[in-house]
Amino acid sequence: MGEIVAVSLLNGIVYGLLLFMLTAGLTLIFSMMGVLNFAHASVFMLGAYFSFQLGKWIGFWPGLVIAPLFCAAIGAAIERYGLQHVHKSGHVAEILFTFGLAYVIEELVTMAWGRNAVANSVPPAIDFSLFSLFGSTFPAYKGLMMAISVAMFAFLYGALKRTRIGLVIQAALTHPEMTSALGHDVPGLFVLVFAIGSGLAGLAGVIGGFMLLTQPTLANAIGPIVFVVVVVGGLGSLGGAFVASMLIGVLQTFAVAIDYSVADALRAGGVAIARGSPLYDVASVKVSTVAPIVPYLLLVFMLAVRPRGLFGKRDV
Amino acid sequence: MNARGSGGRTLIPVAARGPRSAFGWPVRHRYWVATFAALVLLPLVPGLDSDFGRSLLTQMAIAAVFALSYNVLFGQTGLLSFGHAVYFGLGGYAAIHLMRAINHGFALPMPLVPLAGAIAGVAFGALFGALTTRRAGTIFALITLGIGELAYAAAFMLPALFGGEEGITASRTRGPALPGIDLASQIAVYYVVAAWAFVAALSMHAFTATPVGRMCNAVRDNPQRAAFVGYDPRVVRLVACSVSGLFAGLAGGLHAINYEIVAADSVGALRSGSVLLMTCIGGAGHFAGPVLGAVVLTWLEASLSGYTSAWLLYLGVFFMIVVVFAPRGLAGLIAMHASIVRTPAFGRVLLAYLVAAVPAAVTIGGLVTLIEMSYRVSTQPELGSRMRIAGLAIDAASPAPWFGAVVVAAAGFTAFRATWRVVAAAWTLAEEQGRAANAASPS
Repeated sequence: MGEIVAVSLLNGIVYGLLLFMLTAGLTLIFSMMGVLNFAHASVFMLGAYFSFQLGKWIGFWPGLVIAPLFCAAIGAAIERYGLQHVHKSGHVAEILFTFGLAYVIEELVTMAWGRNAVANSVPPAIDFSLFSLFGSTFPAYKGLMMAISVAMFAFLYGALKRTRIGLVIQAALTHPEMTSALGHDVPGLFVLVFAIGSGLAGLAGVIGGFMLLTQPTLANAIGPIVFVVVVVGGLGSLGGAFVASMLIGVLQTFAVAIDYSVADALRAGGVAIARGSPLYDVASVKVSTVAPIVPYLLLVFMLAVRPRGLFGKRDV
Repeated sequence: MNARGSGGRTLIPVAARGPRSAFGWPVRHRYWVATFAALVLLPLVPGLDSDFGRSLLTQMAIAAVFALSYNVLFGQTGLLSFGHAVYFGLGGYAAIHLMRAINHGFALPMPLVPLAGAIAGVAFGALFGALTTRRAGTIFALITLGIGELAYAAAFMLPALFGGEEGITASRTRGPALPGIDLASQIAVYYVVAAWAFVAALSMHAFTATPVGRMCNAVRDNPQRAAFVGYDPRVVRLVACSVSGLFAGLAGGLHAINYEIVAADSVGALRSGSVLLMTCIGGAGHFAGPVLGAVVLTWLEASLSGYTSAWLLYLGVFFMIVVVFAPRGLAGLIAMHASIVRTPAFGRVLLAYLVAAVPAAVTIGGLVTLIEMSYRVSTQPELGSRMRIAGLAIDAASPAPWFGAVVVAAAGFTAFRATWRVVAAAWTLAEEQGRAANAASPS
């Protein structure tokens, strides 16, 4: 039992940190510009594909640096040449634009790399066992991922709280007109934030590509969960995004590990449900089967209990 | 509410409401009469009088009801939903279960089955609406996305109710028949679906004119002010959500009758996305916009998806172009021409369109060639690199067609930008003439 708990906890933290890497950029963009970037997970996917391609051409380590830079450039281009034209039509038009963009990126990826998953295997440089826990080994690339994620959190937190540009960004977050009136280039800041957010998504993609299958449906698989993290954590709260990522990561990993159903638990307590009854179907669903919807259940629960999210400062 | 409602109406002079002669009724409702006539006659028109054509028309009618129901939320109430297929799919499941019951002896005429879809739709619309309508805007969009994912996952978790990937099947022919309606033929199915679609469209149009329908507009435009005059925005949104769910469920019921199968994909994100695309491409600001979008997209999908595997890419690009350059959709584009259609320069505008269409077609041809070659190379290598595009034999393995396509696309685009100035000049002239005509005869 202790073994399952320890291993699940570790895997949950790893998954949670991956979610955080993805969410950090999204929550930055969302809270600053009010743009719900549906293409964020698509940029994450691009990061995975770029790193795969660069890994083939020039090796993993240069790819780890260059792939996120490509993603940052793409993010800046999306904001500068796409979104700035639709800002005037309001937030709904912006969402629709990024929604269409997610379709297009998925198809472009299919066009470039095919419909099936590419063989994005862990490079030998980080493909060794870091330590082993109850007989199951902990691969080094997951360790690297944890280190990058924590460093990312520290960097973002420090940059937002301690640097001049971070303070200006924070000001633009709440009072864009006033910040603009004080002579700061708010549209330019938006491009910068979009570039940083997309670059972080790309960096997450480089590492996440090893954990998840690198295929064109990757963005659709992870995108909705990232939105849940943003809402549960609270709008505009980096710390909230961190806690919510860990919460969802750990909860979902534990749910996968529990191979029992409500019916099993009742049977252990001496209550049996007749096989034919309509309740049986619902009660005999195993917790591990429910795992994929855990984030959405948490979302609905959160909205009912605390609509502003864990650390949100205003109601969502 | 009555005092306010009728008070506004008396301001319109009776004479302005149209002629009150014996022929007044069909003239005032000419669009509906034309729609009715079209619905009756279309499956008999040569080209559409095959089973394929009638099946296509049936799909269009179902998609139109679904898109109209989406617009009750989106266009009318300003709620952007990413999970509208939930009501469509659950309505479809309710209908297919009723069809199975009819197959097993429950005495109900088959054409009434979509009512079950509508009932399920309104019930789930009210249930999920209670959860989601506390907030509008981005947060509403996020929650509907979550509920969509929840419903999709539940469809796989409860196979007895939803049948999982294979879905649930039933027969539309085994059961008590109405005289003259033999659902074994596609044309009978079409007429049943068309009749429901017509009734649904009429009802939704009537809903826009009701006081609560107007309050939906008010809540969309300014929820604080709506609350201030005594209407809780949340209640209004909940009503909109239920009405929208009702017609989405009806569309799901029609889908069940047409396909005799409902599977998990009918509650999925792809269908939620497609209804959003239909509504936005057609134009959410006009009542007929979603119908236009549904017809165009269903037709495009049926005609294109057989030829190209890049269909979704074209759809996505088309959608983004509409969002950036025509935010009011195709209906908005058409409505834009209403002010200049009577000016003498309108012919010039049309001519300029024709001139600009040539380089536009060249550009698109070049881009399509590039896209098709890329798709062939990356997704269908087993078919080889030799292919035909618009009658041209092309070998995607040699560099020549790639360079050629890039040159053609670039040249076409350059020419297009030049011809666009001709269009703009014609437009300016027509607008000036339109303004002058308005100034001369203020009516």
